[in-house]
Amino acid sequence: MAWFKRNKEGILTTTEEKLDVPEGLWNKCPSCKKPLYAPDLESHQYVCQHCNYHLRIGSHEYFQILFDDNQYEELFANLISGDPLQFEDTKKYPDRLKETMKKTGLNDALKSAHGKINGSDLVICCMDFNFIGGSMGSVVGEKISRSIDYCIKHRYPFMIISKSGGARMMEAAFSLMQMAKTSAKLALLSQHKLPYISLCTDPTTGGVTASYAMLGDIIIAEPGAMIGFAGPRVIKETIKKDLPKGFQTAEFVQEHGFLDFIVDRKDMKAKLSSFIKMMMK
Amino acid sequence: MNLSFDFEKPIADLVEQLEKVSQVAEKSKVDVSATIKELEEKIELTKKNLYSNLTGWQKVQISRHPERPYTLQYIETMCDDFIELHGDRTVGDDKAIVGGLGTLNGQTVMFIGHQKGANTKMRQYRNFGMANPEGYRKALRLMKMAEKFNVPVVTLIDTPGAFPGLEAEERGQGEAIARNLLEMSVLKVPILCFIIGEGASGGALGLGIGDKVYMLEYTWYSVISPESCSSILWRSWDFKERAADALKLTAEDMLKNKLIDGIVKEPLGGGHQDPTTIIETVKNQIIHDLNELCKLDVDKRIAQRIDKFSAMGVVVES
Repeated sequence: MAWFKRNKEGILTTTEEKLDVPEGLWNKCPSCKKPLYAPDLESHQYVCQHCNYHLRIGSHEYFQILFDDNQYEELFANLISGDPLQFEDTKKYPDRLKETMKKTGLNDALKSAHGKINGSDLVICCMDFNFIGGSMGSVVGEKISRSIDYCIKHRYPFMIISKSGGARMMEAAFSLMQMAKTSAKLALLSQHKLPYISLCTDPTTGGVTASYAMLGDIIIAEPGAMIGFAGPRVIKETIKKDLPKGFQTAEFVQEHGFLDFIVDRKDMKAKLSSFIKMMMK
Repeated sequence: MNLSFDFEKPIADLVEQLEKVSQVAEKSKVDVSATIKELEEKIELTKKNLYSNLTGWQKVQISRHPERPYTLQYIETMCDDFIELHGDRTVGDDKAIVGGLGTLNGQTVMFIGHQKGANTKMRQYRNFGMANPEGYRKALRLMKMAEKFNVPVVTLIDTPGAFPGLEAEERGQGEAIARNLLEMSVLKVPILCFIIGEGASGGALGLGIGDKVYMLEYTWYSVISPESCSSILWRSWDFKERAADALKLTAEDMLKNKLIDGIVKEPLGGGHQDPTTIIETVKNQIIHDLNELCKLDVDKRIAQRIDKFSAMGVVVES
């Protein structure tokens, strides 16, 4: 015999009376699909406690994780993109920019900042994937270029955190030339014997991979990050074969000799600061 | 004249008319010299109008004409002597990028360029001009050798893109291109670059950092091909004409946007109409520019090169 007896059939609670979990309190890990409690994410550096999946985060979070006491000075924040080509696809490029700025609260796909990590000075340029797929346009190139000048002037080490789908199509050849521009500037930084750390995060692809992401004195990555030049779909169509499991992951790229090490987000600050201390003696 | 494109039909029609008139004249012995002269003038006028008003997509088509001269034809025609050098000393010899030492007007020059094939078999052999990482690394090896012996570098660019293959990724396609961009920015010898056909994205830029970068009149240079751009933005290849316009990929647009240093004039209708002339024009440009560039102090030349690329981009200070 049952302990309880249902008096009326069906669920009768009205929507308004339902006890709901507030929006955004729980997330699902995209990798292991287990629930993640949002207030805990920050203290875990946005890494899934169950499977160590590194969630995609932006410049705001990286600066918070890396800079001492979250203290930093943002550099060249006022730069925004022009529209030299009057590019129009489904939307006009300036409209797309305005909309994205409003939605993300960002001015473009990269933020530059100077701060200290465990007491050492460091200038970090960090990409934001939310801003048109983290695509590299004139602003990204110009901010990197000016940040390098800033590092040379003050003799600071330099770091770029890449997270990008590649070049920004709406800036066409201007975007292509940002590869040349940033690489030429990195050559200057190198002549001044200042260390440059390239951190590849998920995803680092296309023109970004074929320029600054692969030019670090050390090139490092977060676990599981997708890193490659051509997109997997394009490669699959070209070779007409399935791609091996784990193709273009950080682990794959390290195995082929293009990464110095893979670092968990929780160990990143300590490892970076000891590298900088060794190099800047 | 080689008339292979749809947009050249008005000329083809007139040429056909001219032939017919000539045939009639031969058979009937009627004097048609006035008509022939009129037609010839009309053909010239039509050609001039047509070729000076080509759209972006039409120029893309000309840039891909299979009878356009390719890198090795340029080098072999321009140089009195040429020794091809192979291999990247690590993995292999990429057939899509060729290079070697040549004597041009009495001066030793290191030539490097993408190589396409002239027939099906050779196109496959050359991988359609799509290089693997070892191609870019061979190019870098040759540039470093040129630097060591103070020999200027000339690159000839003609590629539909770097090869998007599995092994290319394993061997670091991105790193190979990136390395060239950095090293070419500070190479101590003069570098001249010519887009002689297709200049597609990173695959082209990997040989494209120079003191002077020229585009031939009917070539294109951009971050993506119009077909791929169309398929990404409009999910279909049907908008390639629109994409070609939007990308502003012609020599004229690129010069206007200060992304190249100059345009090399081609014979009317394209290099394939008269390969000897186009090769001669490029040769004269090389001789002229190397003369100027060799006079400059090394550090000044490098600083100018870096400054030029650093100035590219349009930003607004808000």
